[in-house]
Amino acid sequence: MKTQWEILVVDDEEITRESLAAWLREDGYAVDSAPSGRIAAEKSKEKDYAIYFIDLKMPGGMDGIETMMEIRKIRPEASIIIITAYATVDTAISAMKEGAQEYIVKPCNPKEISILVERIIKVKNLQRENMILRKKLMKQYSFHDIISKNPKMQEIFQLIQEISSLKSTVLIQGESGTGKELIARAIHYSGDRASKPFICVSCAALAETLLESELFGHEKGAFTGAVSQKKGKFELADGGTIFLDEIGDISPKLQIDLLRVLQEKTFYRVGGAEELSVDVRVIAATNCDLEEAVKSGKFRDDLFYRLNVINIHIPPLRERREDIPLLVRSFIERLSPELGKEIDDITESGLKLLMDYDWAGNVRELENAVERAMVTCKNKVLSDEDFGFLELNGNRRRIWRVPDNLRLDEVEKLVIEATIKRTGGNIKEAAVILGIDRSTLYEKIRRYGIER
Amino acid sequence: MSVIRIVSVGKVNQEITQMIARHVKGMFGCEVDVIRALPNPGYAYDEKKGQYSSALILRRLAELCDSSVAKFLAITDVDLFIPMLTFVYGQAQLAGRVAIVSIARLKPEFYGLPPDKDLTVRRIRKEVSHELGHTFGLVHCADKSCLMSLSTEIMQVDLKSEDLCRNCWIVLEENLKKNEKAISNQPLAFSS
Repeated sequence: MKTQWEILVVDDEEITRESLAAWLREDGYAVDSAPSGRIAAEKSKEKDYAIYFIDLKMPGGMDGIETMMEIRKIRPEASIIIITAYATVDTAISAMKEGAQEYIVKPCNPKEISILVERIIKVKNLQRENMILRKKLMKQYSFHDIISKNPKMQEIFQLIQEISSLKSTVLIQGESGTGKELIARAIHYSGDRASKPFICVSCAALAETLLESELFGHEKGAFTGAVSQKKGKFELADGGTIFLDEIGDISPKLQIDLLRVLQEKTFYRVGGAEELSVDVRVIAATNCDLEEAVKSGKFRDDLFYRLNVINIHIPPLRERREDIPLLVRSFIERLSPELGKEIDDITESGLKLLMDYDWAGNVRELENAVERAMVTCKNKVLSDEDFGFLELNGNRRRIWRVPDNLRLDEVEKLVIEATIKRTGGNIKEAAVILGIDRSTLYEKIRRYGIER
Repeated sequence: MSVIRIVSVGKVNQEITQMIARHVKGMFGCEVDVIRALPNPGYAYDEKKGQYSSALILRRLAELCDSSVAKFLAITDVDLFIPMLTFVYGQAQLAGRVAIVSIARLKPEFYGLPPDKDLTVRRIRKEVSHELGHTFGLVHCADKSCLMSLSTEIMQVDLKSEDLCRNCWIVLEENLKKNEKAISNQPLAFSS
């Protein structure tokens, strides 16, 4: 399948240009030709040629090196072969320094050109194959716009499929930017309610009275400004799903109202006397520790238990760094057309920098960083240099410091507690992470009086 | 029926020209006519290289090719080149009408070896079919045993067979059917 690759031959001498172009055509490549550097640069704007053959000496205007530099600005990834009849070391070094991939002296043995083109095309084919495989991989690890190959996330995807058609309430917990709304949408659109409304409410964005009216609606004249009756989000979500984001921020009064809806499936509009009944699945989300809020009396325990029928905890990005390459490449693919950029990948050094970063704002922060880098990127590939702003923020992964005035057994206790918390109480997993036997871990848990 | 015209350019043994005519008729199933030989192509001679520009000879052939002829094949004893390459065994107009094959580098004598008529004839048959294959739209084949595989040195000419691979046969048969319609004004194509 050579025909998929296009080659541009640039030479001011017609016979040289056309004979090389024709020779390459016989080999099955689609070949264009240009009589000058200026025309070649124009053509490169219109078409992404795999290889450019450029004659070094071209009279008037741009010579071979200038043509190459101009094309490099437009197509930084282009493979450029400089042709010359003057075999001097200086011109060879100069061409290679400016980015020529190869340098050939004419006339050359037919075998030389054949091997050269074959070698470049082989690399191009591998790059293309790599891209296709990467896309397939992304598809494999993608679930309703959520991309992850992390085992915990894969378990969540599995759980979503199992619970999508149930009516039980779901509580999604996770740090800001981990994709709680995406998980809620995935639950809704995987289940029987997919064709019904999915209504999203951010509980932290509104004051108590406004939120009450927003959720349950109001009757005309219920309060100043209520000039007409208005349906609330619960009514609008009838038959579907309501997603209550940042549920930890709602007031005690609204907690009671919400509890009533969850228990009785009924509610009243603000200022209304008619009891309304709806069939709505509730998915709530929070980035705060609701159990702690219950303990401290800030959140009703009965509401917590009603909401927490099915619990999904989304791990932060720093605990699933293996997803960063997949996520970055999916953002590049999606944002390139949106931003009008022809960026198609990221360098290894760029990925390393992103993998080492702490991502306090999780996937959302990563997406913003990739977008910002793409806006200023001048090449077809993002590199670590495009993410200079991350280092400026001084937000690199924090270096762990040994706490002061702590005994060794106290440090061990803290580490075990943190690990058990991180594994969600899974002792087997915690033992693996800590590198000790399960029985040893149990012994230490008992000795230190650690709660599981 | 389509006609493939054959002409010798320079000093080519008539026996070879007649052998080529029979071979082409058998391979492509077309009418073949052999016309009077053309003189040495001095107009295409490059003194510095001591070789002849195949592109210039092909241009002249294209001018001489009348519309009743489907393909016009020249056989020459002179050594051919194109500016980018040190030599070519032949040259053809891809999916076009004209082609040329040089027998200069197909003779063992060129490599300081004793003459071998059978070997030379086999090589000529392969290169003639290869160049005519290009005029019928075939490009180089990745199958090294196929007649349409690229040969950049004489060993490769010897190693490939006188037959097309299955895929190239299919393409050739389809293109032979289409060949009734005259093909013209195609860009020149070259092969070594």
